Amino acid sequence: MQLVLEKRLEQSRTIALVSPLIAIALTLLTMSILFILLGKNPLLALGVYFIDPLTDSYSLQEIAVKATPLVMIAIGLSLCYLANAWNIGAEGQLLIGAVAGSWIAVKTQGTDAGHWVLPAMLLAGAMAGALYALIPALCRVKFGASEILTSLMLVYVADLLLDYLVRGPWRDPAGFNFPTTAEFDPVATMPLLIDGGRLHLGSLIALFVVVCAFVVLGRTIMGFEIRVVGAAPRAARFAGFNADHLILLTFAISGALAGLAGIIEVAGPIGHLQPGISPGYGFTAIIVAFLGRLNPVGILIAGLFLALTFIGGEQAQITMKIPLDVTKVFQGILLFYVLACDSLILYRFRLVSRQVTHGLG
Amino acid sequence: MSELLPDDPSRSDMPLLQALGLTKRYGAFVANDAIDIEVDGGQIHALLGENGAGKSTLVKAIYGLIQPDSGELRWQSQRIVLAGPAQARTLGIGMVFQHFSLFENLTVAENVALGLDGSESFNSMSARLDQIARAYGLPLDPRREVWQLSVGERQRIEIVRVLMQNPKFLILDEPTAVLTPQEADQLFTVLNRLKAEGRAILYISHKLEEVKLLCDTATVLRAGKKVAACDPRQETAASLARMMVGTEVKQVKAAGTRRTTVPRLVVNDLDLAPEDTHGVRLQQISLELKGGEILGIAGVAGNGQDELFAALSGERQVGEPGTVIIDGIACGHLSITQRRRLGAAFVPEERLGHGTAPRMRLSENALLTGHAAGDMVHHGFVDAAATLRTVDRATETFDVRKARRDPEAASLSGGNLQKFVVGREILREPAVLIVNQPTWGVDAGAAAVIRQALLDLADSGAAILVTSQDLDELIEIADRIAVMFHGRLSAPLSRAEATREKLGLLMGGSSIVDREPIHAAGA
Amino acid sequence: MDLVEAIILSVLAASTPLLIAATGELVTERSGVLNLGVEGMMIVGAACGFGGAWASGSIVIGALCGVLAGTALSLIFALMTLALAVNQVATGLALTILGTGLSGLIGAGFVGQRIATAPHLHIPALTDIPLLGRILFGEDAFVYLSLALVIGVWWFLYRSRAGLILRACGDNHASAHALGHPVLRIRLLAVMFGGACAGLAGAYLPLAYTPFFIPGMTAGRGWIALALVVFSSWRPGRLVVGAYLFGAVTILQLHAQGAGIGIPSQFMSALPYLATVIMLVLLSRTRRGGSTAPAALGTVFVPDR
Repeated sequence: MQLVLEKRLEQSRTIALVSPLIAIALTLLTMSILFILLGKNPLLALGVYFIDPLTDSYSLQEIAVKATPLVMIAIGLSLCYLANAWNIGAEGQLLIGAVAGSWIAVKTQGTDAGHWVLPAMLLAGAMAGALYALIPALCRVKFGASEILTSLMLVYVADLLLDYLVRGPWRDPAGFNFPTTAEFDPVATMPLLIDGGRLHLGSLIALFVVVCAFVVLGRTIMGFEIRVVGAAPRAARFAGFNADHLILLTFAISGALAGLAGIIEVAGPIGHLQPGISPGYGFTAIIVAFLGRLNPVGILIAGLFLALTFIGGEQAQITMKIPLDVTKVFQGILLFYVLACDSLILYRFRLVSRQVTHGLG
Repeated sequence: MSELLPDDPSRSDMPLLQALGLTKRYGAFVANDAIDIEVDGGQIHALLGENGAGKSTLVKAIYGLIQPDSGELRWQSQRIVLAGPAQARTLGIGMVFQHFSLFENLTVAENVALGLDGSESFNSMSARLDQIARAYGLPLDPRREVWQLSVGERQRIEIVRVLMQNPKFLILDEPTAVLTPQEADQLFTVLNRLKAEGRAILYISHKLEEVKLLCDTATVLRAGKKVAACDPRQETAASLARMMVGTEVKQVKAAGTRRTTVPRLVVNDLDLAPEDTHGVRLQQISLELKGGEILGIAGVAGNGQDELFAALSGERQVGEPGTVIIDGIACGHLSITQRRRLGAAFVPEERLGHGTAPRMRLSENALLTGHAAGDMVHHGFVDAAATLRTVDRATETFDVRKARRDPEAASLSGGNLQKFVVGREILREPAVLIVNQPTWGVDAGAAAVIRQALLDLADSGAAILVTSQDLDELIEIADRIAVMFHGRLSAPLSRAEATREKLGLLMGGSSIVDREPIHAAGA
Repeated sequence: MDLVEAIILSVLAASTPLLIAATGELVTERSGVLNLGVEGMMIVGAACGFGGAWASGSIVIGALCGVLAGTALSLIFALMTLALAVNQVATGLALTILGTGLSGLIGAGFVGQRIATAPHLHIPALTDIPLLGRILFGEDAFVYLSLALVIGVWWFLYRSRAGLILRACGDNHASAHALGHPVLRIRLLAVMFGGACAGLAGAYLPLAYTPFFIPGMTAGRGWIALALVVFSSWRPGRLVVGAYLFGAVTILQLHAQGAGIGIPSQFMSALPYLATVIMLVLLSRTRRGGSTAPAALGTVFVPDR
């Protein structure tokens, strides 16, 4: 018996809708097995991961807060991936954006600066992220260097830069030698949406980004160009679309969104600059992008779902002593199942008996 | 490699290979209809016919790649049924395909080794390769990498690969299609040598001059049937051409004499190097096309039609603006979008992947060419309703059959997709339409619709340039016909002058009296 | 021993995991498959390698565990990309994420434990030769194994028929298929070999480089290995040069930090990564022949029936 792939006549729309659900179901099944291997009650564990965080207002807000950078970055990544340009360095662009925005916060610390500070920080973060992302994009367009490897190398560079700044020139002198800046002034902090809660303006910005992406990808000629360049390069050339320009553009937008997410995280939930401001948002966003099938609405849902698992994972560590690494395993397995199920959209799987095919050999 | 021994069966008068009543159907289409053919040892046997006549199907059956529906094959008078090419090779049948199975970044020796079964050591194979190549005058440096080689040299690898298996019967499919005249001459020397050794050669070609020079006997196929067997050396190229394309006078759809207006498309001395080593260099191409006129370009595929399309459409820019002039505006340096804005429209040969994005819907594919000018895009926003309107209008006007209102391009049949692709351009009411192979791979009904649409468009004053391998089609719709051969364009013949024989000769590379000689293979 | 000898020895040690992982990935890519999951396979190899050695007391068993772990992960990759025709880039990324998480899980119990590291060769008289003695005759098994591996791969690729067919698959899978070669089967074996090497390279870190396991101890070496394959133009000989060059940059910047040059340590630590970017830019200009990637690299192959 042999597994054989047959290309479908048309992409199956039912499968396209249903495949993320199948993937999630398969993942839950696999995770249950994993929990049993770890000696934990699977139903209990799944409950702590997925149900409990939905039951109280604080953790609901926390989900939104955690989803904010994931969704923003994933939207940017989806633009790149649709154009067949692989931005893997979103984590680095996030860090650079955080650094750039924090520079303004640190420089104006203690002075009586006005309300222009926060918008300036956000703008600086976005621009810095965009410029940082243009480096790997230019390397690909001008020199043909793999954007996967260059964008990834730059993540390590950004991480080291951040480390240097918070341990050196920007370290809070009153901070007992911890590698962190002083707390940002109120004008340099993201305003809260609900007093006493955690929900901040960043989440609204993320929603706005989702809406913009939905409109751009679905309704504008630019969105169309991005999609065609990735799907059918020769047809794109026939249409007069410039693939190089689109690669640069999508990387710049994606870098800007990652940088923006970075400074929002720092100016919002964290409140100061330190190493480890991101538990790998730039990489988790890759999963969010694929899980959401590179579609803005899908990404919003996927981002919320994965944020849920982050919160659930933290809870599970506390209440059930399940290691945090399980969350990462879950994300990896989920991505595998999503990719595998997505294959069904393009191909039909058939088991055939091994016929004596006249080999051309 | 030794010659076949004098008493080897293939040297006797008994035919080496026979096909009796060979028939092969693909659905309702009969590719081979009860074909009889006989090939003897020590003979070069030509298989003649136009594209689509059934030559490829016949040789694939002989080589074991496909199974005939009825009829039989005989090898040395014994009935055989071939399970596959491996079995054919054990019998001693070898084939050199038109499309090579080569590896660019590997050496010649490695390429040959990959086509053999690996039972001998690489070094001894390499030595044998060198010896055979030299013996047959096909010099090959075993250590060179394929990407560095010319097309002729690459073909030598394919030939030597076959020769190393000591075949009694050799099939060559359009071997000189992409060779220079000099390379073709070298090939003929080799073939004559093989013939002298007593091997049989089945030589597929449509190039009449070289067939006359090279072949002892010929079988002519037309529309799946064998229509003649002859000795090409006794025939003229003209008589061979007549056998191939038939002498029935087909009724040309009388479009009346069209009113032609000003020149709408002018090409001046277009010279273009190919993008890669497989391409054809365009040389000194000039033409002038008036509004209301259809100019046909005939020619076998691979003589520069793709390169010409890329240069005229703007996918490749030529630098010198005056090389291409549309409606009086020099546009050699303009992009394809800018040319569309000037009123040009284009239909490429490959409808899936080039003319359309296969996995996108028809409305999106309408946007592919429609975004340049027209009402589909406002301030950067796409008017989805306008794209759907185009789909609807194309569907109605050109009878596009599809499963739903707006399906993916890849789900349409070839004919229906082609109607859409041609239709979306015609609906833009272009000043100039450049179309490559308008009805290739399209069913007869759709082809008729497309051709009529082109005629109607010309009637409305547009200038149309049609490149096609189908002579009948060009004779039906074109006012003048020129022929492309090896990157050059002949002077156009008027409808009265463009007889099938003349066109067949030009397509085969022969010169026409009192015209500038186009290089003929072997002439 | 003097400073030069110490530096050379540490360069050898630093380069070895890179060389092993890159060699495996080179074979995979020569067959036409791009496996970005090297980092994930390495880190799982590290966790399992340490675990195996700690539980059994044997370095050899530890190394074997690392190899098996890497191979197992690579099988998941092969199933997705070869059987299900899934996009190779996305699958490789997923593999890295999964591997990182798995290694954390598996290795959690081993943090803080120590084992005896792999013993070094000692041949009386030979090893005691000043300078060259320890370098040539005093290394641990992994270093010798890495060089044997490279030589073996070189011989396989360029002197064996199987290696020729593998290179053909990476150059033009359609032609290889037309000539009757089993493209998917060959790619499967190549992917598994890459996984085995990545696992072994990862195991090297806690078994020989340092005597303990830390989560994330690969620190991006898997990605560097991928870049090294590009640097080497997919040729084993150049791979050795690249691996040792990179190891040298890593070690030298460490020494430079220690020597108290005024440049902040983080900038020095960033040098290897910046060097990789520059190297990729300089070497990636697409040229015909020689330095180009296997032509079919990363493209999906579904045999038509």
